[in-house]
Amino acid sequence: MSALGSVVADRQIIVCCGSGGVGKTTTAAALALEAARRGRRACVVTIDPAKRLADALGLEALTNEPGKIEGDWPGELWALMLDTKSTFDDLVMRYSDDKDQARRILDNRLYRNISGALSGTQEYMAMEKLYELHDEGRFDVVVVDTPPTRNALDFLDAPRRLTRFLDNRIFRLLMTPTRAYLRAVSVATQAFLRTISKVVGGEVVADAVAFFQAFEGMEQGFRERAQHVLSLMSDPATAFVLVASPRRDAVDEALFFASRLHESSISVEALVVNRLYPRFGAGSADEARSRASSLAGTPLAELYDNLADFREVAEREERHFAALAEKVAPAPIARVPFLAADVHDLAGLQRVGEFLFS
Amino acid sequence: MDPAGFCTQSRVFIVAGKGGVGKTTVTAALARMAALAGLTTLIVEVEGKSGIGAAFGRSEPLTYEEVVLSAGGGPDGAADIRARTLTPDDALLEYLEDHGMRRISKRLLSSGAIDVVSTAVPGIKDILVLGKVKALERSAAADLIVLDAPAAGHAVTFLTSAAGLLDAVRMGPIRAQAEDVLALLSDPARCQVLLVTLPEETPVNEVVETAYKLEDRVGVQLAPVVVNGVYPVMEGLDVDVAAAAAEADVFLRPGEAEDLAEAARFRLDRMALQAEQVRRLADGLPLPQLELPFLFTTELGPDEVDVLARALADSVRKLP
Repeated sequence: MSALGSVVADRQIIVCCGSGGVGKTTTAAALALEAARRGRRACVVTIDPAKRLADALGLEALTNEPGKIEGDWPGELWALMLDTKSTFDDLVMRYSDDKDQARRILDNRLYRNISGALSGTQEYMAMEKLYELHDEGRFDVVVVDTPPTRNALDFLDAPRRLTRFLDNRIFRLLMTPTRAYLRAVSVATQAFLRTISKVVGGEVVADAVAFFQAFEGMEQGFRERAQHVLSLMSDPATAFVLVASPRRDAVDEALFFASRLHESSISVEALVVNRLYPRFGAGSADEARSRASSLAGTPLAELYDNLADFREVAEREERHFAALAEKVAPAPIARVPFLAADVHDLAGLQRVGEFLFS
Repeated sequence: MDPAGFCTQSRVFIVAGKGGVGKTTVTAALARMAALAGLTTLIVEVEGKSGIGAAFGRSEPLTYEEVVLSAGGGPDGAADIRARTLTPDDALLEYLEDHGMRRISKRLLSSGAIDVVSTAVPGIKDILVLGKVKALERSAAADLIVLDAPAAGHAVTFLTSAAGLLDAVRMGPIRAQAEDVLALLSDPARCQVLLVTLPEETPVNEVVETAYKLEDRVGVQLAPVVVNGVYPVMEGLDVDVAAAAAEADVFLRPGEAEDLAEAARFRLDRMALQAEQVRRLADGLPLPQLELPFLFTTELGPDEVDVLARALADSVRKLP
């Protein structure tokens, strides 16, 4: 069985990561489809699929709940498009003491901005959704596509960033309503908040205070949950698949990502390299180029120049590829060639699968 | 249109597009084209990535302090190209210092109050970055300022932040900043957005969607859309290899004819696919198009940027 084949057959969670535009979503969907073909109940969580792929997966309606894709396979294939805000809302509802507390948080303006503005929230909610789906036990395997982050660090730091935000001490001190605490608020802190008010307006500070008041008591639950989510990431049942294309910038980001995963003691289970140019023949680009110049003026010259062009691309890609392979060794590598058309249906996913699992 | 005229339509060009379409390549080519037309150019990088420096042969990362990426005054008559970073954190610190809050700026960062404020006021960091770009524009920091915008879906959020912030903050210096940014973005004589795409299906769909969003929500002037990575035309590929070999009186080794024929077929197929996507783009988006060639030969370095800048200039000259 191919290495990716055993990942799809055995693991409970598969995280596809890499920079934007390298085919992460397509890879994630192809992995989930293969799991279903092997008789497993699989669910793919996508972040921002291209529209036609979303249509093919039945993701037109954004419900944040998995939808089933019918097809001719022994297992099950489900897909959902992550809705960061509803995922966060669910989390608030889960940890609030009562409906009233939940309502006060959900209605707060600062809270309403969190899902769109706090960096790392989308990354964290992807992990949270993954945890929830895994925890419910409805699926044998959940495949997640990570957001195209500006900075790969965001993704692993997201839970910590969020809890740090929720634990913010300055606001916590100020908002606490009892008199004893009020005295504890130092003059410096009050001056500090007044300064913030002057810059962004008093309403913003008032919103923040109200938010932290409403959140009182919930941060412990959030922190524990974040801890569970993080430990799931390093669980042996979880596999990280690094997705890249052989362009220099994408390779640089993939190398950086591999280092970060390594620092977090997470190993890359497999590397998928998409959109590789074909290699025409065994000869070198230089050889074809010199043939072209010695044949200048004949109808063969252009043909050799063209051959040399593609061999140069292939040689360059091979060098990038080798650098990546060394970095993730001994992880196996799957190569997916340049396909004639973009993937936007199940047949296309299956074609990608043939390369992934060959 | 001549390249100098193109580059002086507005002082600021914001280069935007999804990840992987070659935004940085286009930023470099545009800057070099302007420099060749004798215009001093400042490249502003907002994500702390290394690509733009590498394109001009610089191995160290860019810094908040301007550096000269490509010194002018050579035989080609080019002007200087300078570059700097402008990350949201840098912009924020500078803003605080300019507003008499140097003393508390460290505490704002270390206490996490910044996170709270930037969440309470979405887009505040984007506004500070764009506000700084506006200040550079106002002080005429260069003849042309090229902003390499954030990648992915961030471009629309980035550029709509000013309008969104005006709803959230009713007074104070941040509101004034947002108003100034909106004035910059909505004035075609000061600022334009240059969208970048590839001649492939998904990137074409996405650029059309982004263009309409930007026009509807920001009212920003869209420059011609740049189609990056177009295969250069190569004649003489649609021939029978054996006949060509016979005509050249050349003996081909076993397998060589197949390699030549397959490579020729691959290029012709890709060119046909690209042409189809370029047509789809023209149908979906009524903007003029500029083309940049796909580079088969090497990685992007100063020589390649020069080739691309000249190709971009040729493409600009074909504009009415």
